[in-house]
Amino acid sequence: MPNKYKIKKGLDIKLLGEAEKVIKDFQSDYYALKPTDFHGVFPKMLVGEGDKVKAGSPVFYDKYRDETIFTSPVSGTIEEVRRGPKRLLMEIRIKADTEIEYEDFGSTDPGMLSREKIIEKMLKSGVWPMIRQRPYSVIANPKDTPKAIFISGFDSSPLAPDFDLIVHGHGKEFQAGLDTLRKLTDGKLHLNIEDVEGQSKVFLNSKNVELNAFSGPHPAGNISTQVQLIDPVNKGDVVWYLRPQEVISIGTLFLEGKFDAKRIVALTGSEVLKTGYLKTHTGACIEKMVDGNTTGIKKRYISGNVLTGAKIERNGFISFYDSQITVIPEGDEYEFFGWAAPGLKKYSFYNAFLSKIFPGKKYRLNTNLHGGERAYVLTGQYEKVFPMDIYPMQLLKAIMTEDIDMMEQLGIYEIDEEDFALCEYIDVSKTDMQSIVREGINLMRKEME
Amino acid sequence: MKGLRKFIDKIKPQFEKGGRFEKLHSTFEAFETFLFVPNTVTKKGSHIRDAMDMKRTMAIVVLAMVPPLLFGIWNVGYQHYLANAMQPDFWPMVWYGFLKVFPIIVVSYVTGLAIEFAFAQSRGHEVNEGFLVSGMLIPLVMPPDVPLWMVAVATAFAVIIGKEVFGGTGMNILNPALTARAFLFFAYPRHMSGDDVWIAGMPDQLPDGVTGATPLGEALAGKTEGMAHIMEPGYVWDMFWGGIPGSIGETSVIAILLGAIVLLITGIGSWRIMLSVLVGSISMGLIFNAIGATPYMQVPFWQHLIMGGFAFGLVYMATDPVTASQTQRGKYIYGFLIGFIAILIRVFNPGYPEGMMLAILLMNVFAPLIDYYVLEGNIKKRLKRVNHAVESAK
Repeated sequence: MPNKYKIKKGLDIKLLGEAEKVIKDFQSDYYALKPTDFHGVFPKMLVGEGDKVKAGSPVFYDKYRDETIFTSPVSGTIEEVRRGPKRLLMEIRIKADTEIEYEDFGSTDPGMLSREKIIEKMLKSGVWPMIRQRPYSVIANPKDTPKAIFISGFDSSPLAPDFDLIVHGHGKEFQAGLDTLRKLTDGKLHLNIEDVEGQSKVFLNSKNVELNAFSGPHPAGNISTQVQLIDPVNKGDVVWYLRPQEVISIGTLFLEGKFDAKRIVALTGSEVLKTGYLKTHTGACIEKMVDGNTTGIKKRYISGNVLTGAKIERNGFISFYDSQITVIPEGDEYEFFGWAAPGLKKYSFYNAFLSKIFPGKKYRLNTNLHGGERAYVLTGQYEKVFPMDIYPMQLLKAIMTEDIDMMEQLGIYEIDEEDFALCEYIDVSKTDMQSIVREGINLMRKEME
Repeated sequence: MKGLRKFIDKIKPQFEKGGRFEKLHSTFEAFETFLFVPNTVTKKGSHIRDAMDMKRTMAIVVLAMVPPLLFGIWNVGYQHYLANAMQPDFWPMVWYGFLKVFPIIVVSYVTGLAIEFAFAQSRGHEVNEGFLVSGMLIPLVMPPDVPLWMVAVATAFAVIIGKEVFGGTGMNILNPALTARAFLFFAYPRHMSGDDVWIAGMPDQLPDGVTGATPLGEALAGKTEGMAHIMEPGYVWDMFWGGIPGSIGETSVIAILLGAIVLLITGIGSWRIMLSVLVGSISMGLIFNAIGATPYMQVPFWQHLIMGGFAFGLVYMATDPVTASQTQRGKYIYGFLIGFIAILIRVFNPGYPEGMMLAILLMNVFAPLIDYYVLEGNIKKRLKRVNHAVESAK
């Protein structure tokens, strides 16, 4: 029987465009590694344009932690190394072969290997960056021993992919991944699932894990929310975390000896004509997914969900950690006396719109900011969607004033920017809280490391 | 609407940087965003944002003030004709009240917004909507016969000294509207207290049975007949529905309750503060009832809730999120102390009949301290967790 946890505070934003539960194969011509997906990584290239790579061949490494290697998700040719302003490395585009060739890392039972050998193999093959850590929500430091490892088995964000469906039929790889992770910590290995009937057998039959079941609105699926309730991060603590598909990739590495970057991605959003799940690889180009499959208006393509995802182009690439694409309308239109309208078609957290009469309704929301940036005036609102024992407003203000001591005292080690996404969404002052939080985390990391 | 939009887009460049009216940029922006919600889209962070913004938030607070305002307009006329021993129809009373109240509103808004616009421009900010609320609160806490120049001076004082010197909207320590009222109370006490200011156009000789005194004034005088009067059931009912002399918006508890409902349903007014102010005042009232040493102490505890500016302060002033405690736990302490101290000042202090105003201002000053201790609690808890972890590791 799993340990049960109930989340009370939060918000489920009901959007149109949930993914239909059908999985199809999808092959893209292009894949990309985006160094910008990895916070705090300073990329150094290991290949050049025109070089041939296999799935699992090293592409770049982190200058500050040169053991952390990033490898190609597919086999093919390095087509282009795109740089942005100040020569910042933006994308490494790979033209994929029709048939994927894999680097051979040798299949071994993780149970027979030492912790050091396991880590070495994970680093070399490129699955290591799939493990992230608190504090700072960056790629785990292989030199640390975490006090616990957490796997969030469900995503509660808007239109989120259904991991139950995704892991279906991958029980063997999943268990192999768990067995591997088991050896990386002396503490507990937590698998956190949604507290609903009919959970996937893959999750329920998992061995060597502590099973926890969560219920309640978003952000019940966020790692921080779960960690704080199960085993909070204190100063000096390190915990590692990952998602189910990443566990499967790790499992496949040990079972089959290859770097398998397979990802089942949910194609969602009100502007997608035919939603569904697509079986592809990390970093796939979305062009062929959305071409001829979206409405004719001006749209925004998002890798991830509407709260925390990254804006990408129509021919952009899925980010490393994402298993969702969302397409919603751009909202770059003026609205006459919009702030005074009764608001039958507008969705709001506040009871100040007529739409509240229909609580079950789903909405087609666009990217309009709905107002201008203002000073913080309201108080006590953010707390309603923030289930952690942290004072969100006070922590934000500590970050804004760069008060390192206060940031530490108010719990910055326990959070990630995604935890402030709902606060940002309901903020009537329209501030960009997630980037404020990320700056604070980066500052803290610079101070401490 | 398209024509208007086109016109705005046409003149907009002149107000941008380098344009002819660059100095009026904030003003232009304020009017533009008043007419049209901007076409700005999200650039960072969450791609979708709530439909609620600061304008709607403030508009709802203003909406919540409409019942006491409308009632106040009528009551100013009603009290005037009552004092002059006339009994006209409904509309003449409203008209008289309107002529008295409307100029006060205009003066308050014009003075305040002019200063706000000037500060926004000089700081290169957008104009914050906060004054839409303050500009309406100030008239509602004024006596009906207040000279207009005093309203202007008080508003200017409140906006500049009460708000802008601290950094503008969101940074102020004291509630601006109460600052305005307190400023007048101490600078021009003859116009803000006593028995002669609460009825507009008061004749020298009041008819029999009519008094210019507010219930608080009568109670403070401490005379037995005054005490007996405010405890008569008929007069208690008057205090509740509001047909008595007093500041423009404060007299009708019913109208204020309507406003409270709006604030509570929308969640903009904090129920924590409202509830704890009630609890605080009832506690103090019950203590006084138990002692009962003076006639004022014997006023039933519940009657304090409908006297004077208590209800108005509770609903519209104590709940001001900027000047109240910002932590949820702090709000309980903050509210309780306001209620407790308000009744204490009322009963004990012979100089200031309106204890609510001073209690809120006092707690405005202490709100950051309350928050400090609430945060300390959270910090200590976190530290304790570390120490516990270290202990158990040994």
